Amino acid sequence: MLKINNLKVAVNGKEILKGLDLEVGPGELHAIMGPNGSGKSTLGYALAGRDGYDITDGSVEFEGQDLSELEPEERAAAGLFLAFQYPVEIPGVNNAYFLRAALNAQRKARGEEEVDSMTFLKTVRESIKTLKMDEGLLKRAVNEGFSGGEKKRNEIVQMAVLQPKLAILDETDSGLDIDALKLVAEGINGLRDGKRSFVVITHYQRLLDYLTPDRVHVLSDGRIVESGGKELSHRLEAEGYAFLEESAA
Amino acid sequence: MNQTVEQVNQVIQQRYKAGFYTDIESDRVRAGLDEEIVAMISAKKNEPAWLLEWRLKAFHHWQTMREPNWAHLKVPAIDFQKIHYYAAPKQKNRPKSLDEVDPKLLETFDKLGVPLHERARLAGVAVDAVFDSVSVGTTFQKELKEAGVIFCSFSEAVQEHPELVREYLGSVVPFTDNYFAALNSAVFSDGSFVYIPAGTRCPMELSTYFRINARDTGQFERTLIIAEPGSEVSYLEGCTAPMRDENQLHAAVVELVARKKAKIKYSTVQNWYPGDENGKGGIYNFVTKRGDCREDDARISWTQVETGSAITWKYPSCILRGDRSAGEFYSVALTHNHQQADTGTKMIHLGKDTTSKIISKGISAGKSNNSYRGLVRIAKRAANARNYTQCDSLLIGKTCGAHTFPYIESANPTAKVEHEATTSRIGEDQLFYCRARGLDEEDAVAMIVDGFCKEVFKELPMEFAVEAKALLEISLEGAVG
Repeated sequence: MLKINNLKVAVNGKEILKGLDLEVGPGELHAIMGPNGSGKSTLGYALAGRDGYDITDGSVEFEGQDLSELEPEERAAAGLFLAFQYPVEIPGVNNAYFLRAALNAQRKARGEEEVDSMTFLKTVRESIKTLKMDEGLLKRAVNEGFSGGEKKRNEIVQMAVLQPKLAILDETDSGLDIDALKLVAEGINGLRDGKRSFVVITHYQRLLDYLTPDRVHVLSDGRIVESGGKELSHRLEAEGYAFLEESAA
Repeated sequence: MNQTVEQVNQVIQQRYKAGFYTDIESDRVRAGLDEEIVAMISAKKNEPAWLLEWRLKAFHHWQTMREPNWAHLKVPAIDFQKIHYYAAPKQKNRPKSLDEVDPKLLETFDKLGVPLHERARLAGVAVDAVFDSVSVGTTFQKELKEAGVIFCSFSEAVQEHPELVREYLGSVVPFTDNYFAALNSAVFSDGSFVYIPAGTRCPMELSTYFRINARDTGQFERTLIIAEPGSEVSYLEGCTAPMRDENQLHAAVVELVARKKAKIKYSTVQNWYPGDENGKGGIYNFVTKRGDCREDDARISWTQVETGSAITWKYPSCILRGDRSAGEFYSVALTHNHQQADTGTKMIHLGKDTTSKIISKGISAGKSNNSYRGLVRIAKRAANARNYTQCDSLLIGKTCGAHTFPYIESANPTAKVEHEATTSRIGEDQLFYCRARGLDEEDAVAMIVDGFCKEVFKELPMEFAVEAKALLEISLEGAVG
């Protein structure tokens, strides 16, 4: 599904990712943990194709395709989804309208037919129900006036509607209380169908309690320094990231 | 980031689709402005003596005035003696119906999306089409007549309803009002006239489409709308001009009179040629628009979408004379390349319990300058007057400017005046967010700009909201909200 090889990414001329390797197979859920400033969000942005996140070396393949050759919207249409750490407000643009436009833009790019409004609304309503959100949300402007938790849950609603092949969740758990966290985890688990893959970027073990990752990676100073099973996240929770420095020393 | 800005500018850089020229023989007066020209225009229109006298008074007053220079605009010197003040497509006889109008003219309006002939008329909208200095025809005359509504060209009104014209002409915007109003009063050639009888709700939208075609001419139209007690009307104007390297002057005057409990809604989609990307050519748009809520409970609402003109100088205003009368101003002004706009409104509260609302959205791109200038004046006797002003600016790129000049004058301590203003940039983060969801850059910009303008667009009549959106390069392909 996703094959990252010796990836180096520079932001404003400063190298943030310094040779990252990662391979995610179909249906797998990988967690990426690491201290602040280790390059976690940079990885998300680089994969989604944000301007200013320049790949200086290495390669990223998504289903055999070289991602660096695709525009952000082409990556989305190819099935890549980034749940933002800080979802962006777009005043005056209706949430449902935005999502339907996005879905249809993707479908059009893939040569598929557009969805009609009935089918669309049905799908959105189901996702909203799963995440226990207010249906009034559909009529509001994109993320405008949403609480922090609502914004994060709205990202999961978008993911559920857009049905990506690979979802990268950038600290979707931060700022959520325990109930919201459970709902978000349910939303993610509901989309695990054995084929769809996930890269979950997080600071904390909390979310992983509900997700059962296949692999856990520790990102530090732009590289993956440790990989393991679920037990690795427990060790990090217990010991913090301090052991990284010890092992590096 | 720089690359993004460039791409955004390209998106905004819409091709001017109305830039064609119609090759038609034109009857034009010589260039220049003097008493003889004023008299010539009046004679061509076979006007009564009182109107010629009024024009000449206006001309003499204009000669004593100087061009205003207080706006945040750089206006190159205009040589008023080089302009032709009257041009009309040559027609053997004045057409009695649209069937007799030169097919070339009909074709022009067809191309502009304003079909005048029977089979393609805009449903539910009566159109008066003004080509250079004259009206070429008005649709749905019969239907309107049955409702008692008068909707015709200004020249026709002078002939058919001189008593109404004489009573109301200059009663809202006297020729002494300002430099360009004085100029217009001296040389105005045509425009639209609307009269809605008491208690009548106009059965359809009324609309005037202004087209400048001839070279080196100015367009000086005059619109007068009279809404008798308890009546209601919604009126829309649209405007375009060919692409030319020379600048052309457009100085219009619009007067609205709303009597007791009358409602006038006036919408403008202004798309005069804005000049090219280097700032060459384009229309100078100096317009005086004012509505008078002359009696109690009257209501006047201005909605404007301004995307064209090299220079826009325009402040559609409301005089809230009657008690409980209400004025509204909704505006979207988009400038790009080298366009300059200084636009806004004046809300003059004279009556008790009067209310006004101002929603202004300015979008600047390229090297353009976009200013909002608004006056809210509460007179001493205007007890409990209320105003709400919201003034937002959206910047695209780093080479444009947005400015806000609010003036608030209150002489009554019971007045409540609120003013909110924001300035923001189309964020790289917003664009990236949209693109990461699958929207291409063009659609993303369109969507963000559309969202920014939403409060104003929803005030436009349905058909024109669509046109306005399209004008802002908002192609909402394949998506319905």
